[in-house]
Amino acid sequence: MSLIAAWGLTKRFGDFTAVDGINFEVERGEVFGFLGPNGAGKSSTMRMIGCVSDPTGGALRILGMDPSREGTKIRSSLGVVPQQDNLDEELSVAENLYVYGRYFDLPRAVLRPRISELLEFVQLSERSDDHVEPLSGGMKRRLTIARALISEPEVLLLDEPTTGLDPQARHVVWERLWTLKRQGVTQVLTTHYMDEAEQLCDRLVVMDRGKIVAEGSPRQLIERYSTREVVEVRTHGQVTVMAEALRRLGESPEAQAREELYERVEELPDRVLLYTDQGERLVALLGEVEHESVLVRRSTLEDVFLHLTGRSLVD
Amino acid sequence: MARAAVVPSTRLAVEYWLLTYRRNWKGSILTSFLSPVLFLAAMGLGLGSLVDAEVGSGRDLGGLDYLDFLAPGLLAGNAMMLAVNESTYPVLGGFKWYRTYMAMAASPLRGRDILLGHFAYMAFRVTLASFVFLGVMAAFRSVSSPLAVLAPFCAALCGMAFATPTAAFVATRINADNFSTYTRFVIMPMFLFSGIFYPVSQLPIVLEQLAWLTPVWHGVRLCRALSTGSGVNWELAGHLAYLVALILAGTLVASRTFTKRLYE
Repeated sequence: MSLIAAWGLTKRFGDFTAVDGINFEVERGEVFGFLGPNGAGKSSTMRMIGCVSDPTGGALRILGMDPSREGTKIRSSLGVVPQQDNLDEELSVAENLYVYGRYFDLPRAVLRPRISELLEFVQLSERSDDHVEPLSGGMKRRLTIARALISEPEVLLLDEPTTGLDPQARHVVWERLWTLKRQGVTQVLTTHYMDEAEQLCDRLVVMDRGKIVAEGSPRQLIERYSTREVVEVRTHGQVTVMAEALRRLGESPEAQAREELYERVEELPDRVLLYTDQGERLVALLGEVEHESVLVRRSTLEDVFLHLTGRSLVD
Repeated sequence: MARAAVVPSTRLAVEYWLLTYRRNWKGSILTSFLSPVLFLAAMGLGLGSLVDAEVGSGRDLGGLDYLDFLAPGLLAGNAMMLAVNESTYPVLGGFKWYRTYMAMAASPLRGRDILLGHFAYMAFRVTLASFVFLGVMAAFRSVSSPLAVLAPFCAALCGMAFATPTAAFVATRINADNFSTYTRFVIMPMFLFSGIFYPVSQLPIVLEQLAWLTPVWHGVRLCRALSTGSGVNWELAGHLAYLVALILAGTLVASRTFTKRLYE
């Protein structure tokens, strides 16, 4: 049975529909991601899974229970890493874990060894007695993760776990989350970072404007929604002019049918992207078009994401 | 999947507040001590000597020295001030700046545990400060009845009659813009016009009747009766009932506004 299952899950705030009838299932032991731009409904979904927000429609089951009736029981099996850190800055690092463990009614005798284990795990043992306030962003995030683990949860919920961290700090967090995954901790996370989704998630759904627009493993999504390769052609001149030339290239007799050479052409301010399954062949034909440089790369989740959710900013 | 279900309780939320209090209790006790010392010395003794010479412990103060009249009034007024402080910025902070409430809400604790836990802590703070206040009153020899040991509890009720509706209101606020207006133009007038510094009978009749409606007047009446031992009668039950009713109403409204803010 799935650990978390949602059917037609909906969240409305007045006239605004934040989550619009989504279906998903999370299996035990997997890392499941909600990927989407800001305002896609990821956090609203997470709050419903975290049992701090009642769905306005559809059904949600977590560990087989109904959050609107057994929220307390469900929450005692969840570990939550919120988007905004809400550590207590006046308490020490260890006290933050202690007081949070007490919310779960864990006795001191259980908490004491667990706190030192967890601080070890997130590499904060030396800071145990320090105040939280002067810690770096990455340290605070790791402490928040440790705090979420204090009750040995069955599911860890992470809302944008590395937003705002520098690259080193992000990699440390990822590495810790990987370790948890190997230990079999089920994780549900939201992110708008493609690399994060690609690195961490076994399976993910792409959300846009409250709806799920795609679902699968990172590899499956790339196969389904993008081409094998992307040819990036840069120019000093006018992009529109070059794009026109590239389109004509696709229609030339040597290229045979345009569909075979590439699937889509996309214009960016300084370059044109050609989505193709035969990058090398395409590059060989490029001599006829004036360009500055050319790069063939594999499709990434970012290509899928931008294809599905668009490049224009929706605020 | 067998896991002992956590039984959430208000007690677990109170523990958090007590842990933070342990970090700054010395400063808070010192403040609770110094503020009555300054007030009683300046107004009770200083201003009081003039008042006593003029009124001659007359009937207007119910036969009391000014110090003895003032001190229990200030006890209630002080509880009100402290309770208002504790229920404004720390409550908005719980939602917005420190997000303490949000952290609690993600745990097994329920909305009512979060709310009542904080209220219980506020009541503890105000009671403690009121006992320190009573100690200072005793040092100034302005306590004349053993019933005075009950006065800090009444002061705390008076404080909570402010804290609960204040917290209910604060939970609906996006920012602290209106807080200083509230203390300056709602709380301060009550401090000045509710029988702490002089009997409300000195006021024009309209203001006097208005003063009867304020929780602090009821608190002042209670504290004064208990600390002086005069006027201990059934009227006090009425004052108590009024304060308790306000606390219940405030808590009821707060549980709505808190739930809305926490679980929107």
